[in-house]
Amino acid sequence: MLHGFEMTVWLSIVTIVASTFIGVLGVWLLGTRWRIVRQIITAYVQFFRNTPPLVQLYFFFFALSPLLSVHSAGGLRHPFFNNVFWASFSLSLFAGAFNVEIFRSGIEAIPRTTIEAAESLGFSRFQSFVRILFPLAFRIGLTGFTNNIVNLVKTTSLAYAIAVPELLYASSQIWSDELNVPEMMIFILIAYVALVAIVVWVMELVEKRLRIPGYGL
Amino acid sequence: MTERPLVEIAGVRKAFGTNVVLAGIDITVDRGGVCCIIGPSGSGKSTLLRCINGLVPIDAGTIRVDDIAVHALRSDQELIALRKRVSIVFQQYNLFPHKTALENVMMAPIHVLHEDKTTVEERAYGLLAKVGLRDKAESFPAQLSGGQQQRVAIARSLAMNPQVILFDEVTAALDPETVKEVLLTIRGLVADGMTCILATHEMGFAREVGNLIVFLDGGTIVERGAPAQFFAAPREERTKAFLSQIL
Amino acid sequence: MITKRVLGFSILLFGASVAFAQAQTAAGKPGVIATLVKWTPLLFHGFLFNLAISVFAMLLGTLLGIVLGVFLISRRAPIERPAYWFMQIFRNAPWLVLMFFVMYLTPFEFHTPLGTVPFPDWIKATVGLALPVMANVSEIFRGGIVSLPYTQWEAAQSLGFDYLQTLRLIIVPQAVKRMLPPWMNLYAILTQSTTLASILGVTEVLTLTRNVLGAEGRTELLMPFYGYVLVWFFLYCYPIAIYTQRLERRFAVAS
Repeated sequence: MLHGFEMTVWLSIVTIVASTFIGVLGVWLLGTRWRIVRQIITAYVQFFRNTPPLVQLYFFFFALSPLLSVHSAGGLRHPFFNNVFWASFSLSLFAGAFNVEIFRSGIEAIPRTTIEAAESLGFSRFQSFVRILFPLAFRIGLTGFTNNIVNLVKTTSLAYAIAVPELLYASSQIWSDELNVPEMMIFILIAYVALVAIVVWVMELVEKRLRIPGYGL
Repeated sequence: MTERPLVEIAGVRKAFGTNVVLAGIDITVDRGGVCCIIGPSGSGKSTLLRCINGLVPIDAGTIRVDDIAVHALRSDQELIALRKRVSIVFQQYNLFPHKTALENVMMAPIHVLHEDKTTVEERAYGLLAKVGLRDKAESFPAQLSGGQQQRVAIARSLAMNPQVILFDEVTAALDPETVKEVLLTIRGLVADGMTCILATHEMGFAREVGNLIVFLDGGTIVERGAPAQFFAAPREERTKAFLSQIL
Repeated sequence: MITKRVLGFSILLFGASVAFAQAQTAAGKPGVIATLVKWTPLLFHGFLFNLAISVFAMLLGTLLGIVLGVFLISRRAPIERPAYWFMQIFRNAPWLVLMFFVMYLTPFEFHTPLGTVPFPDWIKATVGLALPVMANVSEIFRGGIVSLPYTQWEAAQSLGFDYLQTLRLIIVPQAVKRMLPPWMNLYAILTQSTTLASILGVTEVLTLTRNVLGAEGRTELLMPFYGYVLVWFFLYCYPIAIYTQRLERRFAVAS
């Protein structure tokens, strides 16, 4: 049971970090002058936002994974990446798409004049992004970002479907042995509510650290 | 035998947390009387008006409107009974944006007074005509100017056939041209004998229309009197200072 | 236009996977596209089932959510506090967990005086999905109501309207506009979540896809078939997302 909880926490952390990275990278690429790159990112975002994460998971695990299999010494093919990897990979792409959208609308909300000021001071596009645009966009999008990672923590439960031993899976093993479904259910509910509460609390600390006095963000 | 005053406010106190907004207010207004409350921002004028119609409960003192003891009202039903007698017009008009001017005027008589729809509609048209906006009956608030919206708000208050109308700095948010049209409307009400209590910055209007001027500053009444005497020869230093700033 | 580009890309990707799969097809076996076409009627039936579940769950969840929302905005703590915790639990629990909750803890049939009423899996799944919808709708409701200026409440009360009249005639009609975009967004999420029912054995599109793939037994079909299902969901949810964005923009300008 504890291992299940650990796995859920592990999955949450990995996917939060990876999806945030994807979000930053994606929104950076959206500013490039090559249209094809922008279109690819937009297609990625729209596709992963408008399709079921469970089907995405199956696609990667059942469909893509066998293609990347290797032959072991005994001559059997087995996947190069295990199910935990694919769960992390799929969920990160899923949440990453939402992050790109959140950060994008954050950047859109920055007044044109701020961007012009940065350019006029001689900042390169990269420097503007890192020092001015993204810090502001992140603050603007903070509530949306928090909602997204809370959702991500909940979505890790989908890994159950590919037998990743996270909280729900571990619990289901126990309740099929012990037939104590109601108790396990209550336990799981409490565990997730607690996990979400911790995430929200951490984000509130982040928000306080990032607060700009008088700016109204 | 003189009639009992319509509105009697005695010893009213109100504080929000540690901030004392009203520190002992005594005012009486006769039926048909026009009381103008003047004073700097934050002196408690708006709060006092909201105490009279029960939006803000008082900490101490008594407020009586006709035979209703406002300070003793607790339940929603009792407060509604009060609000059928006392109407208020706000500085920001607060019309219902999703209803036309006519519907704004008609809504309360239909749903609160349970009057018949056709009678109300007729009366609503009449009231809109009275405030000079008969042709704007089908317009939505967003399509009207500030002054027009305020006049619709006045018509909306009149639709309830109140005994007293409270005006909370109703011209403060308007530009000078539209101020005139609203003051004209209020003058008409006064001429019809409506009892009015106004919180206002419009000294000229107060002098012309009021029969009791009350100067409120820092939660207490500094001075009061009939307009002629009040504006011509104020007794208190603070009054003189305030008036010299305004006039 | 951006829609065409995105659509084009997804078709391209899907087409690529089909082509790739086709390349891997052993000689003598039917082509990938032919197989997709063969199974389309069955899978499409399953997809319609998903959509039906989504509609029922949305209706049920919205109704319950509005009731919960009214409790949530109550000024009386004995009503608001329990409603708040109730909402928090159902909003913070993963949808899959709530589905398990309903699946396992409800009987498979009800014994009434009139006879035994079956409680089939798909209805359980619908109820299970309606629970998080209820919690989210209540929060959307609350958010819409409190976003209206307090002055509207003051004006209504000053005219003598009581609490319920104020809500019904003044506040809710104005708040509904603001509730619409997040509500539509919730529906898109719900539609995608109907696939969770496959984990619990309901015969919807994902279950059918897995059965079909099992029956065909060809590994090169995996990507095209899952891709196929992804495209269907995309074609349904993407227009909803676009329309929601347009509504959002219109309301932002109007207010």
